[in-house]
Amino acid sequence: MALFRKTKYATMNARPSAQTDIASKCPSCKTIHFKEDLEKNLYVCSDCGYHFTLTAWQRIGITFDDNSFQELDARLTSLNVLEFPGYDEKLARAQENSGLVEAIITGKGRINGEPAYAGVLAPEFMLGSMGAVVGEKIARLLDKAGSEGVGAIIFSASGGARMQEGIFALFQMAKTSAALSRLNDKGVLYISVLTNPTTGGVSASFAMLGDVNIGEPGALIGFAGPRVIQQTIGQTLPEGFQRSEFLLEHGMLDMVVPRKELKATLARLLRFHQGGGRR
Amino acid sequence: MRDVEAQLTLLVEKIKDLKDFSQEQGIELGKEVEALEKKAAKLREELYANLDGWQKLQLARNAKRPTALDYFNLIFTDFIPLHGDRQFRDDPALVGGIAMLEGKPVTVLGHQKGRDTKENIARNYGMPHPEGYRKALRLMEQAEKFHRPIICFIDTPGAYPGLGAEERGQSEAIARNLREMASLKTPIINFVTGEGGSGGALALSIGDCLLMLENAVYSVISPEGCAAILWKDASLAKDAAAALKLKAQDLSEFGVVDEIVPEPKKGLQDNWDLGLPAIKEALVRHMDLLGHLPLETLLQRRWRRLSSQGHWQEEE
Repeated sequence: MALFRKTKYATMNARPSAQTDIASKCPSCKTIHFKEDLEKNLYVCSDCGYHFTLTAWQRIGITFDDNSFQELDARLTSLNVLEFPGYDEKLARAQENSGLVEAIITGKGRINGEPAYAGVLAPEFMLGSMGAVVGEKIARLLDKAGSEGVGAIIFSASGGARMQEGIFALFQMAKTSAALSRLNDKGVLYISVLTNPTTGGVSASFAMLGDVNIGEPGALIGFAGPRVIQQTIGQTLPEGFQRSEFLLEHGMLDMVVPRKELKATLARLLRFHQGGGRR
Repeated sequence: MRDVEAQLTLLVEKIKDLKDFSQEQGIELGKEVEALEKKAAKLREELYANLDGWQKLQLARNAKRPTALDYFNLIFTDFIPLHGDRQFRDDPALVGGIAMLEGKPVTVLGHQKGRDTKENIARNYGMPHPEGYRKALRLMEQAEKFHRPIICFIDTPGAYPGLGAEERGQSEAIARNLREMASLKTPIINFVTGEGGSGGALALSIGDCLLMLENAVYSVISPEGCAAILWKDASLAKDAAAALKLKAQDLSEFGVVDEIVPEPKKGLQDNWDLGLPAIKEALVRHMDLLGHLPLETLLQRRWRRLSSQGHWQEEE
Protein backbone atom coordinates (compact mmCIF):
# COMPACT_ATOMS: atom_id res chain seq x y z
CA MET A 1 0.00 0.00 0.00
CA ALA A 2 2.77 2.35 0.96
CA LEU A 3 4.54 1.56 -2.25
CA PHE A 4 1.43 2.33 -4.30
CA ARG A 5 1.06 5.67 -2.59
CA LYS A 6 4.60 6.57 -3.32
CA THR A 7 4.15 5.85 -7.02
CA LYS A 8 1.08 8.02 -7.12
CA TYR A 9 2.96 10.80 -5.40
CA ALA A 10 5.73 10.58 -7.97
CA THR A 11 3.19 10.78 -10.81
CA MET A 12 1.61 13.87 -9.31
CA ASN A 13 4.99 15.47 -9.16
CA ALA A 14 5.65 14.74 -12.81
CA ARG A 15 2.40 16.37 -13.93
CA PRO A 16 2.51 20.02 -12.93
CA SER A 17 -0.60 21.60 -11.47
CA ALA A 18 -2.23 24.66 -12.99
CA GLN A 19 -0.41 27.90 -12.17
CA THR A 20 2.73 27.58 -10.13
CA ASP A 21 6.24 28.88 -10.40
CA ILE A 22 7.19 25.92 -12.49
CA ALA A 23 4.06 25.33 -14.54
CA SER A 24 1.45 27.08 -16.66
CA LYS A 25 -1.92 25.95 -17.93
CA CYS A 26 -2.83 26.67 -21.53
CA PRO A 27 -5.86 28.99 -21.45
CA SER A 28 -7.10 27.44 -24.66
CA CYS A 29 -6.79 23.64 -24.35
CA LYS A 30 -6.07 23.49 -20.59
CA THR A 31 -2.96 21.38 -21.03
CA ILE A 32 -0.48 22.01 -18.27
CA HIS A 33 3.08 22.74 -19.31
CA PHE A 34 6.30 23.05 -17.39
CA LYS A 35 7.64 26.60 -17.67
CA GLU A 36 10.91 25.23 -18.92
CA ASP A 37 9.26 23.39 -21.81
CA LEU A 38 7.08 26.37 -22.56
CA GLU A 39 10.07 28.64 -22.75
CA LYS A 40 11.83 26.30 -25.11
CA ASN A 41 8.73 26.32 -27.28
CA LEU A 42 8.70 30.18 -27.33
CA TYR A 43 5.65 30.19 -25.04
CA VAL A 44 3.45 28.44 -27.56
CA CYS A 45 1.29 25.52 -26.43
CA SER A 46 2.75 22.36 -27.93
CA ASP A 47 -0.68 20.74 -27.96
CA CYS A 48 -2.97 23.37 -29.55
CA GLY A 49 -0.63 26.10 -30.77
CA TYR A 50 -2.03 28.75 -28.44
CA HIS A 51 0.33 31.74 -28.24
CA PHE A 52 0.82 32.84 -24.63
CA THR A 53 1.09 36.57 -24.04
CA LEU A 54 4.74 37.53 -23.56
CA THR A 55 6.22 40.06 -21.22
CA ALA A 56 8.27 42.75 -22.93
CA TRP A 57 11.60 41.20 -21.93
CA GLN A 58 10.48 37.73 -22.99
CA ARG A 59 9.63 39.19 -26.39
CA ILE A 60 13.01 40.87 -26.65
CA GLY A 61 14.68 37.63 -25.56
CA ILE A 62 13.13 35.51 -28.30
CA THR A 63 13.46 38.16 -31.03
CA PHE A 64 16.92 39.67 -30.77
CA ASP A 65 20.30 38.04 -31.20
CA ASP A 66 21.97 37.32 -27.87
CA ASN A 67 23.25 40.40 -26.08
CA SER A 68 22.50 42.64 -29.05
CA PHE A 69 19.62 44.63 -27.60
CA GLN A 70 20.47 48.01 -26.11
CA GLU A 71 17.71 49.83 -24.34
CA LEU A 72 16.99 53.51 -25.02
CA ASP A 73 15.28 56.20 -22.96
CA ALA A 74 14.93 53.89 -19.98
CA ARG A 75 14.44 56.70 -17.50
CA LEU A 76 11.22 58.25 -18.73
CA THR A 77 8.50 58.05 -16.11
CA SER A 78 4.86 59.12 -16.05
CA LEU A 79 3.40 62.08 -14.23
CA ASN A 80 -0.12 62.30 -12.89
CA VAL A 81 -0.90 65.59 -14.58
CA LEU A 82 -4.67 65.22 -14.22
CA GLU A 83 -4.29 64.28 -10.56
CA PHE A 84 -6.46 61.32 -11.46
CA PRO A 85 -7.59 59.50 -8.32
CA GLY A 86 -5.59 56.34 -7.68
CA TYR A 87 -3.23 56.76 -10.64
CA ASP A 88 -0.07 57.31 -8.61
CA GLU A 89 -0.77 54.15 -6.63
CA LYS A 90 -1.55 52.20 -9.78
CA LEU A 91 1.72 53.29 -11.36
CA ALA A 92 3.68 52.34 -8.27
CA ARG A 93 2.02 48.92 -8.14
CA ALA A 94 2.62 48.31 -11.86
CA GLN A 95 6.28 49.21 -11.44
CA GLU A 96 6.63 46.92 -8.46
CA ASN A 97 4.84 43.98 -10.08
CA SER A 98 6.46 44.21 -13.48
CA GLY A 99 9.91 45.46 -12.59
CA LEU A 100 9.49 47.97 -15.41
CA VAL A 101 9.35 51.74 -15.31
CA GLU A 102 6.70 52.11 -17.98
CA ALA A 103 4.56 50.15 -20.44
CA ILE A 104 7.10 50.06 -23.25
CA ILE A 105 10.73 49.12 -23.74
CA THR A 106 12.49 50.69 -26.71
CA GLY A 107 15.93 50.04 -28.05
CA LYS A 108 18.15 48.88 -30.86
CA GLY A 109 19.39 45.41 -31.57
CA ARG A 110 20.04 42.77 -34.19
CA ILE A 111 17.68 40.16 -35.59
CA ASN A 112 19.59 37.36 -37.30
CA GLY A 113 22.29 39.95 -37.80
CA GLU A 114 20.01 42.66 -39.21
CA PRO A 115 20.01 45.90 -37.22
CA ALA A 116 16.61 47.18 -36.15
CA TYR A 117 15.03 49.70 -33.83
CA ALA A 118 12.24 48.22 -31.78
CA GLY A 119 9.53 49.20 -29.36
CA VAL A 120 7.96 46.45 -27.29
CA LEU A 121 4.77 47.19 -25.40
CA ALA A 122 4.55 45.53 -22.01
CA PRO A 123 1.14 43.99 -21.33
CA GLU A 124 2.32 43.30 -17.78
CA PHE A 125 2.41 47.04 -17.08
CA MET A 126 -1.12 48.48 -16.84
CA LEU A 127 -2.17 46.30 -19.80
CA GLY A 128 0.36 48.01 -22.03
CA SER A 129 -1.73 51.17 -22.03
CA MET A 130 -0.41 54.22 -23.84
CA GLY A 131 0.21 57.40 -21.92
CA ALA A 132 2.63 60.24 -22.55
CA VAL A 133 5.75 58.15 -21.84
CA VAL A 134 4.80 55.42 -24.30
CA GLY A 135 4.05 58.07 -26.93
CA GLU A 136 7.28 59.96 -26.34
CA LYS A 137 9.44 56.84 -26.39
CA ILE A 138 7.87 55.74 -29.67
CA ALA A 139 8.37 59.21 -31.17
CA ARG A 140 12.05 59.20 -30.15
CA LEU A 141 12.51 55.66 -31.45
CA LEU A 142 11.06 56.50 -34.85
CA ASP A 143 13.10 59.67 -35.02
CA LYS A 144 16.33 57.72 -34.47
CA ALA A 145 15.31 55.03 -36.94
CA GLY A 146 14.54 57.74 -39.48
CA SER A 147 17.76 59.64 -39.12
CA GLU A 148 19.88 56.47 -39.25
CA GLY A 149 17.84 54.83 -41.98
CA VAL A 150 17.43 51.70 -39.88
CA GLY A 151 14.09 49.88 -39.94
CA ALA A 152 11.75 50.09 -36.96
CA ILE A 153 9.50 47.41 -35.50
CA ILE A 154 6.82 47.90 -32.88
CA PHE A 155 5.39 44.89 -31.07
CA SER A 156 1.95 45.87 -29.78
CA ALA A 157 0.19 44.32 -26.81
CA SER A 158 -2.10 46.87 -25.32
CA GLY A 159 -5.59 47.67 -24.11
CA GLY A 160 -5.36 51.14 -25.69
CA ALA A 161 -4.99 54.68 -24.45
CA ARG A 162 -4.39 55.14 -20.72
CA MET A 163 -7.56 56.72 -19.34
CA GLN A 164 -5.79 58.17 -16.32
CA GLU A 165 -3.87 60.53 -18.58
CA GLY A 166 -7.07 61.84 -20.18
CA ILE A 167 -6.71 63.96 -23.29
CA PHE A 168 -2.92 63.54 -23.30
CA ALA A 169 -3.33 59.78 -23.70
CA LEU A 170 -5.66 60.34 -26.64
CA PHE A 171 -3.19 62.72 -28.24
CA GLN A 172 -0.44 60.10 -28.12
CA MET A 173 -2.32 58.37 -30.93
CA ALA A 174 -1.86 61.53 -32.99
CA LYS A 175 1.73 61.99 -31.92
CA THR A 176 2.87 58.46 -32.79
CA SER A 177 0.99 58.52 -36.10
CA ALA A 178 2.55 61.87 -36.99
CA ALA A 179 5.99 60.43 -36.17
CA LEU A 180 5.26 57.63 -38.65
CA SER A 181 4.37 60.20 -41.28
CA ARG A 182 7.86 61.67 -40.83
CA LEU A 183 9.40 58.21 -41.07
CA ASN A 184 7.53 57.72 -44.35
CA ASP A 185 9.03 60.95 -45.67
CA LYS A 186 12.45 59.49 -45.00
CA GLY A 187 11.60 56.24 -46.75
CA VAL A 188 12.41 54.04 -43.77
CA LEU A 189 10.76 50.68 -43.10
CA TYR A 190 8.24 50.28 -40.29
CA ILE A 191 6.91 46.84 -39.37
CA SER A 192 4.00 46.52 -36.99
CA VAL A 193 3.65 43.23 -35.12
CA LEU A 194 0.21 42.93 -33.54
CA THR A 195 0.08 40.49 -30.65
CA ASN A 196 -2.60 39.53 -28.18
CA PRO A 197 -4.27 41.90 -27.40
CA THR A 198 -3.99 45.00 -29.59
CA THR A 199 -7.05 47.14 -29.06
CA GLY A 200 -8.33 50.70 -28.63
CA GLY A 201 -6.09 53.66 -29.23
CA VAL A 202 -3.02 51.56 -29.97
CA SER A 203 -4.82 49.62 -32.67
CA ALA A 204 -6.19 52.89 -34.10
CA SER A 205 -2.77 54.49 -34.41
CA PHE A 206 0.74 53.07 -34.94
CA ALA A 207 -0.28 49.40 -34.78
CA MET A 208 -2.31 49.61 -38.01
CA LEU A 209 0.15 51.78 -39.90
CA GLY A 210 2.94 49.35 -40.73
CA ASP A 211 4.44 49.12 -44.19
CA VAL A 212 3.94 45.51 -43.23
CA ASN A 213 1.37 44.50 -40.61
CA ILE A 214 2.03 41.11 -39.02
CA GLY A 215 -0.38 39.41 -36.64
CA GLU A 216 0.46 36.62 -34.22
CA PRO A 217 -1.91 33.65 -34.52
CA GLY A 218 -5.14 34.09 -32.59
CA ALA A 219 -4.33 37.61 -31.35
CA LEU A 220 -7.31 39.80 -30.49
CA ILE A 221 -7.07 42.92 -32.64
CA GLY A 222 -9.72 45.63 -32.87
CA PHE A 223 -10.77 49.11 -31.91
CA ALA A 224 -13.77 48.40 -29.72
CA GLY A 225 -13.58 45.46 -27.35
CA PRO A 226 -15.75 42.42 -28.13
CA ARG A 227 -17.81 42.89 -24.97
CA VAL A 228 -18.73 46.47 -25.89
CA ILE A 229 -19.69 45.41 -29.40
CA GLN A 230 -21.80 42.56 -28.10
CA GLN A 231 -23.61 44.96 -25.80
CA THR A 232 -24.19 47.39 -28.68
CA ILE A 233 -25.54 44.97 -31.22
CA GLY A 234 -27.18 42.62 -28.73
CA GLN A 235 -26.16 39.40 -30.42
CA THR A 236 -23.31 36.94 -30.11
CA LEU A 237 -20.24 37.66 -32.20
CA PRO A 238 -19.19 35.26 -34.93
CA GLU A 239 -16.51 32.69 -34.16
CA GLY A 240 -13.01 34.11 -34.59
CA PHE A 241 -14.23 37.71 -34.80
CA GLN A 242 -11.42 40.25 -34.30
CA ARG A 243 -8.74 37.57 -34.32
CA SER A 244 -5.61 37.83 -36.49
CA GLU A 245 -6.93 35.36 -39.06
CA PHE A 246 -10.16 37.38 -39.35
CA LEU A 247 -8.19 40.57 -39.94
CA LEU A 248 -6.02 38.88 -42.54
CA GLU A 249 -9.16 37.76 -44.35
CA HIS A 250 -10.58 41.30 -44.22
CA GLY A 251 -7.45 42.87 -45.62
CA MET A 252 -6.09 44.52 -42.48
CA LEU A 253 -2.94 42.40 -42.07
CA ASP A 254 -0.30 41.34 -44.56
CA MET A 255 0.36 38.06 -42.82
CA VAL A 256 -0.23 35.95 -39.76
CA VAL A 257 3.06 34.47 -38.64
CA PRO A 258 3.49 31.80 -35.96
CA ARG A 259 5.93 32.84 -33.28
CA LYS A 260 8.45 30.21 -34.29
CA GLU A 261 8.79 31.79 -37.73
CA LEU A 262 8.53 35.41 -36.65
CA LYS A 263 12.21 36.10 -36.09
CA ALA A 264 13.20 34.75 -39.50
CA THR A 265 10.35 36.65 -41.16
CA LEU A 266 11.38 39.92 -39.57
CA ALA A 267 15.00 39.38 -40.58
CA ARG A 268 13.98 38.69 -44.18
CA LEU A 269 11.87 41.83 -44.33
CA LEU A 270 14.66 43.92 -42.82
CA ARG A 271 17.09 42.51 -45.38
CA PHE A 272 14.81 43.62 -48.20
CA HIS A 273 15.00 47.17 -46.92
CA GLN A 274 18.64 47.18 -45.97
CA GLY A 275 20.43 50.50 -46.01
CA GLY A 276 16.97 52.02 -45.73
CA GLY A 277 16.28 55.65 -46.21
CA ARG A 278 15.52 57.48 -49.40
CA ARG A 279 18.45 57.43 -51.79
CA MET B 1 -25.78 73.24 -9.05
CA ARG B 2 -29.01 71.67 -7.82
CA ASP B 3 -29.16 74.07 -4.86
CA VAL B 4 -28.70 77.14 -6.96
CA GLU B 5 -31.17 75.81 -9.48
CA ALA B 6 -33.79 75.23 -6.79
CA GLN B 7 -33.23 78.68 -5.36
CA LEU B 8 -33.54 80.14 -8.79
CA THR B 9 -36.84 78.40 -9.49
CA LEU B 10 -38.20 79.59 -6.15
CA LEU B 11 -37.09 83.11 -6.83
CA VAL B 12 -38.64 83.22 -10.28
CA GLU B 13 -41.95 82.02 -8.81
CA LYS B 14 -41.75 84.62 -6.09
CA ILE B 15 -41.15 87.40 -8.59
CA LYS B 16 -44.13 86.28 -10.60
CA ASP B 17 -46.33 86.16 -7.49
CA LEU B 18 -45.24 89.63 -6.47
CA LYS B 19 -45.93 91.01 -9.93
CA ASP B 20 -49.37 89.40 -10.01
CA PHE B 21 -50.10 90.64 -6.52
CA SER B 22 -49.10 94.22 -7.28
CA GLN B 23 -51.19 94.24 -10.41
CA GLU B 24 -54.26 92.74 -8.73
CA GLN B 25 -54.10 94.99 -5.70
CA GLY B 26 -52.77 98.03 -7.51
CA ILE B 27 -49.90 98.29 -5.02
CA GLU B 28 -46.57 99.63 -6.20
CA LEU B 29 -43.93 96.92 -5.60
CA GLY B 30 -41.48 97.91 -8.33
CA LYS B 31 -38.51 98.23 -5.99
CA GLU B 32 -39.01 94.85 -4.40
CA VAL B 33 -39.47 93.14 -7.76
CA GLU B 34 -36.38 94.85 -9.12
CA ALA B 35 -34.28 93.69 -6.20
CA LEU B 36 -35.47 90.13 -6.60
CA GLU B 37 -34.87 90.19 -10.32
CA LYS B 38 -31.32 91.36 -9.74
CA LYS B 39 -30.80 88.52 -7.33
CA ALA B 40 -32.19 86.03 -9.84
CA ALA B 41 -29.87 87.32 -12.55
CA LYS B 42 -26.89 86.95 -10.25
CA LEU B 43 -27.89 83.42 -9.32
CA ARG B 44 -28.33 82.53 -12.99
CA GLU B 45 -24.87 83.78 -13.75
CA GLU B 46 -23.45 81.78 -10.88
CA LEU B 47 -25.28 78.72 -12.10
CA TYR B 48 -23.80 78.81 -15.58
CA ALA B 49 -20.36 80.07 -14.60
CA ASN B 50 -19.62 77.14 -12.32
CA LEU B 51 -20.74 74.08 -14.22
CA ASP B 52 -18.76 70.96 -13.45
CA GLY B 53 -17.59 68.38 -15.98
CA TRP B 54 -20.75 66.32 -15.81
CA GLN B 55 -23.01 69.34 -16.23
CA LYS B 56 -20.95 70.58 -19.17
CA LEU B 57 -21.25 67.15 -20.74
CA GLN B 58 -25.05 67.35 -20.50
CA LEU B 59 -24.97 70.78 -22.14
CA ALA B 60 -22.57 69.57 -24.82
CA ARG B 61 -24.95 66.69 -25.57
CA ASN B 62 -28.02 68.97 -25.69
CA ALA B 63 -29.95 68.11 -28.84
CA LYS B 64 -30.96 71.72 -29.39
CA ARG B 65 -27.41 72.82 -30.14
CA PRO B 66 -26.54 73.45 -33.79
CA THR B 67 -25.26 70.41 -35.71
CA ALA B 68 -22.51 70.38 -38.30
CA LEU B 69 -24.96 71.03 -41.15
CA ASP B 70 -26.41 73.97 -39.21
CA TYR B 71 -22.95 75.49 -38.88
CA PHE B 72 -22.23 74.87 -42.57
CA ASN B 73 -25.43 76.62 -43.59
CA LEU B 74 -25.51 79.44 -41.06
CA ILE B 75 -21.86 80.50 -40.78
CA PHE B 76 -20.75 79.83 -44.34
CA THR B 77 -22.34 80.74 -47.64
CA ASP B 78 -22.95 78.62 -50.70
CA PHE B 79 -22.38 75.26 -48.97
CA ILE B 80 -22.17 72.40 -51.43
CA PRO B 81 -22.41 68.96 -49.78
CA LEU B 82 -20.11 66.26 -51.13
CA HIS B 83 -20.71 62.60 -50.47
CA GLY B 84 -19.06 59.21 -50.27
CA ASP B 85 -15.73 57.53 -49.64
CA ARG B 86 -15.59 56.03 -53.18
CA GLN B 87 -15.08 52.62 -51.61
CA PHE B 88 -18.11 51.43 -49.73
CA ARG B 89 -20.85 53.97 -49.07
CA ASP B 90 -21.72 57.45 -47.87
CA ASP B 91 -21.62 57.67 -44.08
CA PRO B 92 -24.48 59.91 -42.88
CA ALA B 93 -22.76 60.36 -39.48
CA LEU B 94 -19.94 62.35 -41.01
CA VAL B 95 -20.81 65.15 -43.43
CA GLY B 96 -18.73 67.49 -45.52
CA GLY B 97 -18.41 69.62 -48.55
CA ILE B 98 -17.16 72.96 -49.75
CA ALA B 99 -18.37 76.38 -48.71
CA MET B 100 -17.40 80.03 -48.65
CA LEU B 101 -16.19 81.80 -45.54
CA GLU B 102 -16.01 85.58 -46.04
CA GLY B 103 -15.76 84.98 -49.76
CA LYS B 104 -12.95 82.42 -49.47
CA PRO B 105 -13.46 78.75 -50.38
CA VAL B 106 -12.94 76.22 -47.59
CA THR B 107 -13.57 72.52 -47.07
CA VAL B 108 -15.89 71.80 -44.17
CA LEU B 109 -16.30 68.49 -42.35
CA GLY B 110 -18.17 67.45 -39.27
CA HIS B 111 -19.86 64.73 -37.26
CA GLN B 112 -23.59 64.94 -37.81
CA LYS B 113 -25.95 64.22 -34.93
CA GLY B 114 -29.73 64.18 -35.33
CA ARG B 115 -32.22 66.41 -33.59
CA ASP B 116 -34.69 63.67 -32.71
CA THR B 117 -34.63 59.88 -32.40
CA LYS B 118 -35.64 59.25 -36.00
CA GLU B 119 -32.97 61.56 -37.32
CA ASN B 120 -30.45 60.19 -34.85
CA ILE B 121 -31.01 56.64 -36.03
CA ALA B 122 -30.42 57.76 -39.60
CA ARG B 123 -27.27 59.59 -38.50
CA ASN B 124 -26.16 56.81 -36.14
CA TYR B 125 -26.06 59.39 -33.32
CA GLY B 126 -23.08 61.05 -34.96
CA MET B 127 -20.91 57.93 -34.61
CA PRO B 128 -19.02 57.35 -37.86
CA HIS B 129 -18.17 54.04 -39.49
CA PRO B 130 -14.80 53.56 -41.26
CA GLU B 131 -16.29 54.93 -44.49
CA GLY B 132 -16.96 58.20 -42.66
CA TYR B 133 -13.29 58.71 -41.82
CA ARG B 134 -12.36 57.66 -45.34
CA LYS B 135 -14.77 60.20 -46.82
CA ALA B 136 -13.24 62.84 -44.56
CA LEU B 137 -9.76 61.97 -45.76
CA ARG B 138 -10.88 62.02 -49.39
CA LEU B 139 -12.33 65.51 -48.96
CA MET B 140 -9.25 66.68 -47.08
CA GLU B 141 -6.96 65.46 -49.84
CA GLN B 142 -9.20 67.27 -52.27
CA ALA B 143 -8.80 70.42 -50.18
CA GLU B 144 -5.03 70.00 -50.28
CA LYS B 145 -5.12 69.76 -54.06
CA PHE B 146 -6.92 73.10 -54.32
CA HIS B 147 -5.09 74.78 -51.41
CA ARG B 148 -8.33 75.22 -49.49
CA PRO B 149 -8.21 75.49 -45.71
CA ILE B 150 -10.09 72.75 -43.86
CA ILE B 151 -12.43 73.33 -40.94
CA CYS B 152 -13.53 70.29 -38.93
CA PHE B 153 -16.55 70.46 -36.61
CA ILE B 154 -16.19 67.85 -33.89
CA ASP B 155 -19.24 66.51 -32.06
CA THR B 156 -19.49 62.75 -31.55
CA PRO B 157 -19.90 60.23 -28.74
CA GLY B 158 -17.10 58.31 -30.46
CA ALA B 159 -16.40 55.69 -33.06
CA TYR B 160 -19.20 53.17 -33.54
CA PRO B 161 -18.59 49.89 -31.69
CA GLY B 162 -20.26 47.62 -34.22
CA LEU B 163 -19.57 44.52 -36.26
CA GLY B 164 -19.36 46.17 -39.66
CA ALA B 165 -17.18 48.98 -38.36
CA GLU B 166 -14.63 46.46 -37.11
CA GLU B 167 -14.85 44.30 -40.22
CA ARG B 168 -14.16 47.26 -42.46
CA GLY B 169 -11.14 48.37 -40.45
CA GLN B 170 -12.22 51.10 -38.07
CA SER B 171 -8.76 51.16 -36.49
CA GLU B 172 -7.01 51.49 -39.81
CA ALA B 173 -9.35 54.26 -40.98
CA ILE B 174 -8.78 56.35 -37.86
CA ALA B 175 -5.04 55.69 -37.81
CA ARG B 176 -4.65 56.66 -41.45
CA ASN B 177 -6.44 59.96 -40.87
CA LEU B 178 -4.13 60.74 -37.96
CA ARG B 179 -1.04 60.06 -40.04
CA GLU B 180 -2.19 61.79 -43.20
CA MET B 181 -3.58 64.89 -41.48
CA ALA B 182 -0.21 65.37 -39.79
CA SER B 183 1.34 66.23 -43.14
CA LEU B 184 -1.56 67.59 -45.18
CA LYS B 185 -0.32 70.66 -47.03
CA THR B 186 -3.10 73.07 -46.17
CA PRO B 187 -4.21 74.76 -42.94
CA ILE B 188 -6.57 72.73 -40.73
CA ILE B 189 -8.77 74.20 -38.00
CA ASN B 190 -10.30 71.75 -35.52
CA PHE B 191 -13.33 72.98 -33.66
CA VAL B 192 -14.96 70.97 -30.88
CA THR B 193 -18.55 72.23 -30.79
CA GLY B 194 -20.14 69.65 -28.49
CA GLU B 195 -18.97 66.22 -27.49
CA GLY B 196 -15.37 65.35 -28.32
CA GLY B 197 -15.52 61.58 -27.86
CA SER B 198 -12.26 59.61 -28.07
CA GLY B 199 -10.93 58.15 -31.35
CA GLY B 200 -13.96 59.19 -33.37
CA ALA B 201 -13.34 62.81 -32.44
CA LEU B 202 -9.57 62.55 -32.77
CA ALA B 203 -9.86 61.46 -36.39
CA LEU B 204 -10.95 65.02 -37.21
CA SER B 205 -8.73 66.73 -34.64
CA ILE B 206 -5.26 66.85 -36.17
CA GLY B 207 -4.37 70.29 -37.37
CA ASP B 208 -3.07 73.74 -36.69
CA CYS B 209 -5.55 75.25 -34.30
CA LEU B 210 -7.82 73.60 -31.73
CA LEU B 211 -10.87 75.63 -30.76
CA MET B 212 -13.57 74.64 -28.32
CA LEU B 213 -16.94 76.11 -27.56
CA GLU B 214 -17.35 77.21 -23.97
CA ASN B 215 -19.58 74.27 -23.06
CA ALA B 216 -17.89 71.67 -25.21
CA VAL B 217 -15.99 68.71 -23.76
CA TYR B 218 -13.19 66.53 -25.09
CA SER B 219 -12.14 63.24 -23.60
CA VAL B 220 -10.17 60.06 -24.17
CA ILE B 221 -13.26 58.04 -23.19
CA SER B 222 -16.83 58.81 -22.17
CA PRO B 223 -17.20 59.21 -18.40
CA GLU B 224 -19.71 56.34 -18.49
CA GLY B 225 -17.17 54.07 -20.18
CA CYS B 226 -14.37 55.20 -17.89
CA ALA B 227 -16.38 54.49 -14.74
CA ALA B 228 -17.48 51.10 -16.04
CA ILE B 229 -13.93 50.04 -16.90
CA LEU B 230 -11.97 51.55 -14.01
CA TRP B 231 -14.48 51.25 -11.19
CA LYS B 232 -16.80 48.58 -12.60
CA ASP B 233 -19.72 50.92 -11.96
CA ALA B 234 -21.20 53.13 -14.69
CA SER B 235 -23.16 55.08 -12.07
CA LEU B 236 -19.88 56.70 -11.02
CA ALA B 237 -19.82 58.54 -14.35
CA LYS B 238 -20.08 61.91 -12.59
CA ASP B 239 -16.88 61.21 -10.69
CA ALA B 240 -15.22 60.07 -13.88
CA ALA B 241 -16.31 63.28 -15.62
CA ALA B 242 -14.53 65.25 -12.91
CA ALA B 243 -11.43 63.04 -12.96
CA LEU B 244 -11.04 63.11 -16.75
CA LYS B 245 -10.78 66.93 -16.80
CA LEU B 246 -12.80 67.09 -19.99
CA LYS B 247 -14.06 70.69 -19.84
CA ALA B 248 -12.81 73.21 -22.37
CA GLN B 249 -11.60 75.25 -19.40
CA ASP B 250 -9.49 72.35 -18.03
CA LEU B 251 -8.00 71.67 -21.44
CA SER B 252 -7.23 75.33 -21.92
CA GLU B 253 -5.33 75.32 -18.62
CA PHE B 254 -3.35 72.35 -19.89
CA GLY B 255 -2.45 74.39 -22.95
CA VAL B 256 -4.15 71.91 -25.24
CA VAL B 257 -6.81 74.29 -26.55
CA ASP B 258 -5.87 77.44 -28.44
CA GLU B 259 -9.04 79.35 -27.76
CA ILE B 260 -12.37 78.93 -26.04
CA VAL B 261 -15.19 80.49 -28.03
CA PRO B 262 -17.79 82.01 -25.69
CA GLU B 263 -21.42 80.92 -25.75
CA PRO B 264 -24.54 82.82 -24.71
CA LYS B 265 -25.15 82.75 -20.94
CA LYS B 266 -27.39 79.69 -20.86
CA GLY B 267 -25.47 77.93 -23.60
CA LEU B 268 -25.56 78.00 -27.38
CA GLN B 269 -28.69 75.84 -27.51
CA ASP B 270 -30.59 78.69 -25.88
CA ASN B 271 -29.80 81.33 -28.47
CA TRP B 272 -28.15 80.49 -31.77
CA ASP B 273 -28.38 84.04 -33.12
CA LEU B 274 -26.39 85.35 -30.22
CA GLY B 275 -23.79 82.55 -30.34
CA LEU B 276 -23.02 82.07 -34.02
CA PRO B 277 -21.31 85.44 -34.75
CA ALA B 278 -18.61 84.72 -32.14
CA ILE B 279 -17.92 81.37 -33.80
CA LYS B 280 -17.67 82.92 -37.24
CA GLU B 281 -15.40 85.66 -35.95
CA ALA B 282 -13.01 83.13 -34.38
CA LEU B 283 -12.92 80.95 -37.49
CA VAL B 284 -12.24 83.88 -39.82
CA ARG B 285 -9.51 85.22 -37.55
CA HIS B 286 -7.67 81.89 -37.20
CA MET B 287 -8.04 81.12 -40.89
CA ASP B 288 -6.41 84.45 -41.73
CA LEU B 289 -3.60 83.86 -39.24
CA LEU B 290 -2.85 80.38 -40.55
CA GLY B 291 -3.24 81.49 -44.15
CA HIS B 292 -0.32 83.86 -43.71
CA LEU B 293 2.10 81.14 -42.62
CA PRO B 294 4.40 79.70 -45.30
CA LEU B 295 3.61 76.03 -45.87
CA GLU B 296 6.94 74.87 -44.46
CA THR B 297 6.37 76.85 -41.26
CA LEU B 298 2.81 75.58 -40.99
CA LEU B 299 3.89 71.93 -41.16
CA GLN B 300 6.81 72.36 -38.76
CA ARG B 301 4.49 74.11 -36.38
CA ARG B 302 1.95 71.28 -36.68
CA TRP B 303 4.59 68.66 -35.87
CA ARG B 304 5.75 70.68 -32.86
CA ARG B 305 2.17 70.92 -31.63
CA LEU B 306 1.65 67.18 -31.99
CA SER B 307 5.00 66.08 -30.62
CA SER B 308 4.86 68.31 -27.55
CA GLN B 309 1.68 66.67 -26.25
CA GLY B 310 2.08 64.99 -22.90
CA HIS B 311 4.14 65.31 -19.73
CA TRP B 312 6.81 63.04 -18.34
CA GLN B 313 9.80 63.01 -16.12
CA GLU B 314 13.29 62.08 -17.21
CA GLU B 315 15.79 61.23 -14.54
CA GLU B 316 19.43 61.92 -15.28
